[in-house]
Amino acid sequence: MEKNIYGILAEFDTPTQLVDAARQVRDAGYTKTDAFSPFPLHEIDEALGIKRSILPYLVFCGAVTGLLTGIGLQVFVHYIDYPLNVGGRPYVSIPSFVPPAYELTILFAGFTAVFGMLFLNGLPRPYHPVFNVERFALATREKFFLIIEAEDPKFDYEETRSFMESLDPQEVFDVDE
Amino acid sequence: MVEGDHDFGTVTDRISDYTLKKKTPFGWFIGFGISFLVMQLLMFAVTNLLARGIGVWGNNQPVGWAFDIINFVWWIGIGHAGTLISAILLLLNQKWRTSINRFAEAMTLFAVACAAMFPLLHTGRPWLAAYWLFPYPNTMGIWPQFRSPLIWDVFAVSTYASISLLFWYVGLIPDLATLRDRAKNKFFKFIYAILSWGWRGSARHWHRYEIAYLILAGISTPLVLSVHSIVSFDFSVSQVPGWHATIFPPYFVAGAIFAGFAMVLILCIPLRAWYNMKDFITQTHLIYMGKVMLATGLIVVYGYAMEAFFGWYSASEYEVFMIKNRIWTGPYWWSYWLLIICNGLSIQLLWFKRFRESAFWLFMISLVVSVGMWLERFVIIVTSLNRDFLPSSWAMYSPTYIDWSMFIGTIGFFFTLIFLFVRFLPVISIFEVRTLLPQANVHGHQQDFDESVLEVEYTYDKTDPGFTK
Repeated sequence: MEKNIYGILAEFDTPTQLVDAARQVRDAGYTKTDAFSPFPLHEIDEALGIKRSILPYLVFCGAVTGLLTGIGLQVFVHYIDYPLNVGGRPYVSIPSFVPPAYELTILFAGFTAVFGMLFLNGLPRPYHPVFNVERFALATREKFFLIIEAEDPKFDYEETRSFMESLDPQEVFDVDE
Repeated sequence: MVEGDHDFGTVTDRISDYTLKKKTPFGWFIGFGISFLVMQLLMFAVTNLLARGIGVWGNNQPVGWAFDIINFVWWIGIGHAGTLISAILLLLNQKWRTSINRFAEAMTLFAVACAAMFPLLHTGRPWLAAYWLFPYPNTMGIWPQFRSPLIWDVFAVSTYASISLLFWYVGLIPDLATLRDRAKNKFFKFIYAILSWGWRGSARHWHRYEIAYLILAGISTPLVLSVHSIVSFDFSVSQVPGWHATIFPPYFVAGAIFAGFAMVLILCIPLRAWYNMKDFITQTHLIYMGKVMLATGLIVVYGYAMEAFFGWYSASEYEVFMIKNRIWTGPYWWSYWLLIICNGLSIQLLWFKRFRESAFWLFMISLVVSVGMWLERFVIIVTSLNRDFLPSSWAMYSPTYIDWSMFIGTIGFFFTLIFLFVRFLPVISIFEVRTLLPQANVHGHQQDFDESVLEVEYTYDKTDPGFTK
């Protein structure tokens, strides 16, 4: 590999072309690939072979943590740290403890969902090599892009580039590192 | 759901140009200026309150809860429609939510900010509220009382504010990336770049993004229902006649959605006209919102009927007295009948197509409903408290000019934030509108085949010598 490049990027006009091209790229045996689209495309997950994220499990753990925090906090306050007899009610008044624990469950789950998603996505990442391609700015407007990264074991500059060109894209770009 | 001839590019340009390119309409400056001036009333009221104490308000014994709680409940209720539109309608796969969810969510956030001010300032010394409201381990060893609905409310409202903010912000990330890529101004490009966290629309990112968004919708749904239920617990867990009723949670939630849709209509009808957004916020949207208002309004009217019924059916002397006092023998009877006119009668117009399809009438009905929902809280709070168990402690309540300035000031605050939002952020979710376009569908090969067959037949018909128009 002579040039120090990050990968080869192809531009497409329609989501259908992108999904078809992604299928062919996957069939050709490339694994370090990614697609970029201005809106979520469900078909691309299957076409590129993206596995289901572990995010829902993280959110479940977050929710359970929130619930336990809520119950633990209230039991600690009213039973362990400062037991206070209010109208003869039990120190551990479970029905009264439900609303705060419920809200904390949701709060923790929500935070896990958002920050878990950003963390798993590796965001924030203000710089990325694909931004070096000028036309990539259209990925957030109307165009669809497909990339094969140079890290891919099957990657060979000449061969991959001609393969990308065979997919009938608008244009093929080299992405500088 | 999108009218006019649009593709991904034109949709993007149209919506992002409201923020980036289009000359700010003159009306914006007028609107912002008025809201900003009105907001100064809030400044005046709060300064007065903090300098002189809550005696400047009209609250007394027995009406210890008055404008602060009326306005708190009113604002928080308005917020609920935003979450309903963004979360519940997403789960129900209602595509029409897409063009209105962004500013409905912004409305939620700003309404919650207004709401939160009232209980905080009702403490009189909000800088001490940290250990009054939150379980913060302080040197005095004092904890909040978790058996009280008031502390449930703190948890509900703060969770609601946080989750609404997250939901709104997550929805904004891809659109902020669009603005980043389209902005010409270096400074704004930088700001949008920071705010979009380097979003680049990767398929793997979208995959997790959609999961996170759906989960947020899934947890916001029980959240929004719980928040107003808990707000209603502030009343119904107490023993006060007129408050102690099991109908309160569902009736409050319906009322919140009712008031919220009214506010969404109040905001979106002028917005749609001034910014020429008729392609995205179509007639259909307005009609649907009118229908939701009618449905939730009828639930609220059922709530009023049930309150009166419960009063009678309880056979409790105090409950019966409260209902009579509220409806015709008490000094505030007029507020009850005004409420019935605003919330019960005005919405009956929405049964008719003529009113549902007219933006003007929807706007007027929404204004009336907003007043009505404010009166509802006034009726619940003031008429239940002003004549309590002991006639010797009865008293009249009237708000002072500081009460009024604070309430009107929050309206100014709310609209100031709305105007800033409309100016600096995309008002409609751009990426979600793109998915509404027919071009967004991925065609399978079978479908391609079917389509080309159709095309052949169509061409054939046209070229058939026997074909006549």
